[in-house]
Amino acid sequence: MSFFFRLLAAACAFLAAALPGHVQAGMTIEIVGAAANRIPVVIAPFLPAGASGDDPAEIIRADLSRSGLFKMVDGNGLGKPGEAQSVDYGQWRDRAADALVVGQVSHAADGRLDIRFRLYDVVRKTQLAGFSYLVPPTMNRSIAHKIADLVHEKLIGEPGNFSGRVAYILKHNGRYELQVADSDGVNAFTVVRSPEPIISPVWSPNGSKLAYVSFEQKKPVVYVQSLTDGRRKAVANFRGSNYSPAWSPDGSKLAISLSKDDIAQIYLIGADGGDARRLSKSGALETEPAFSPDGRWLYFTSDRGGSPQIYRMPVDGGEAKRMTFEGAYNVSPAISPDGKYLAYVRRDGGSFHVAVQDLENGQTQVLTDTQFDESPSFAPNSRNILYATMVNGRGVLATVSVDGRVKQRLTISGDLREPAWAP
Amino acid sequence: MNMIQRVFLVLAVLSLGGCADLKELTGTSDAPIEDHGASTAAAQGTAGTNGSQGVETAALPAAGSGDVRAMAANQQNAESQSGRSSVVGVSTAQAAMLKDPNNPLSKRVIYFDFDSDAIKDEFRGLIEAHAGFLKRNSAARIILQGHTDERGSRDYNLALGQRRAESVKQALVLMGVQNDQVETVSLGEEKPVAEGHDESAWKQNRRDEIHYLGE
Repeated sequence: MSFFFRLLAAACAFLAAALPGHVQAGMTIEIVGAAANRIPVVIAPFLPAGASGDDPAEIIRADLSRSGLFKMVDGNGLGKPGEAQSVDYGQWRDRAADALVVGQVSHAADGRLDIRFRLYDVVRKTQLAGFSYLVPPTMNRSIAHKIADLVHEKLIGEPGNFSGRVAYILKHNGRYELQVADSDGVNAFTVVRSPEPIISPVWSPNGSKLAYVSFEQKKPVVYVQSLTDGRRKAVANFRGSNYSPAWSPDGSKLAISLSKDDIAQIYLIGADGGDARRLSKSGALETEPAFSPDGRWLYFTSDRGGSPQIYRMPVDGGEAKRMTFEGAYNVSPAISPDGKYLAYVRRDGGSFHVAVQDLENGQTQVLTDTQFDESPSFAPNSRNILYATMVNGRGVLATVSVDGRVKQRLTISGDLREPAWAP
Repeated sequence: MNMIQRVFLVLAVLSLGGCADLKELTGTSDAPIEDHGASTAAAQGTAGTNGSQGVETAALPAAGSGDVRAMAANQQNAESQSGRSSVVGVSTAQAAMLKDPNNPLSKRVIYFDFDSDAIKDEFRGLIEAHAGFLKRNSAARIILQGHTDERGSRDYNLALGQRRAESVKQALVLMGVQNDQVETVSLGEEKPVAEGHDESAWKQNRRDEIHYLGE
């Protein structure tokens, strides 16, 4: 390494201490609801008793129990089964386990970790999956999340969201921070910090950029920031207000709300800025655009009928169709990545709840019982919805499954809001 | 007043990492038969930025393979708000008069009902007073700031705040104020005056604020 590089590295380390970066405060995740029939599984320790370091088994257990779909069965007293041993299915069946994960961590000669695991169906007495990962030690946690995703996929039929990341806004000490964290709240990292409000972070489809709205110029302006080099650009800074960014599925455009011609109308701009093409042409308030995953439709909130409701229009132009009818306040549309569900916020009396509409049959279900829900965002597997709400006067993040059964709450010291699940 | 905002971005990315190999283990013995050769990589890294405006940005610890991979330094150009000519705005003497608590013009806030931009009768007098001042002083300029309470969608609240500001602007224009004397902006629910989470706080936050340029 040249001296120049070492100097820069030292400068980096110094800056990291004072500037945005890794965050100390831990996020707490509480499960407030679970599925009726949870699958009983044993996750045997990967490390021998007394070994130092994070045991991937603990991370996998935490992930799976948090999902509310699995019941952790105690394997105590049965020791640490070897990863390569033949399995004594009877002893695990006696513990009423349906599935078993065994694994081990060893050090390769080049300093990397060799993390191995096998997943067994204890009832059918077969191996369902087995992988060996040769990775740098820094990837211990992410491999554990990947294993949890795989166990979820093999036992539930669709991948888990444990490897995913979330973006959100943390307000504390009068400052606003846009942070990105693993879906278990670990590895929180601040990518923007400002004394003025930041809202509406949204991930580019490939997860490499965030668009967001910052009030640092004393009015809302839309920025796009790269997560790989930290550079950013004000992509919409027209006269008046600029807000509500939504990425087109191909990542080339943003739909936004502007007040430059009318009070609040929807426009399309390039993802790196440029001219704005007006999409909606009403005298009503039109905001919160959201693309359908096929890119053909734009869902949005409009009060053209006298109260805010969700509509959709073809992106290429054409008539808008009203999507929500029950209630006098339906806002913040989010479309699941599989295109099957529309999640939104609905006001019932004095409460604001997350509701979901099955786009095939139009059936609607209110999913939450919290009072001030905002900003629903789907997990990549379309199974869970992440949203912001308030508990004891403080902003928290929460998730709910699309069937309303499994609920979690994520808290931290400070106000959390505006969550967005990475694609 | 010309206000220059300068956001300096000093960025340095240091990424360290290595390739990951993935093998599938099949059967019940340790006999890998398939090598997927999939590669993911971890990296350690950090990036920092600083700015006189108080806004700081950073990259995520970069993902990639290779040892010391990328380092970059970058300066983000200054951004500026639109400047205003010094011939508009109120004089120092007028500014003092506008703030005099005995002067009706010191009243600057108009309150609204939930999800409404209708101007209530009790605020007609306040708006008429400001209309009179603006008509007599063609150089005077105001910014009407629309605000909402915290409930519901932040983005819809930005739209609603804009409409509240426009609603008062229309009233002023109907009273004879020139269009270009009034600029409207919305801050939605982002700048509450009362921090509580009940109606007593919300009713104070659903408001328009009148700000005179130059005071």
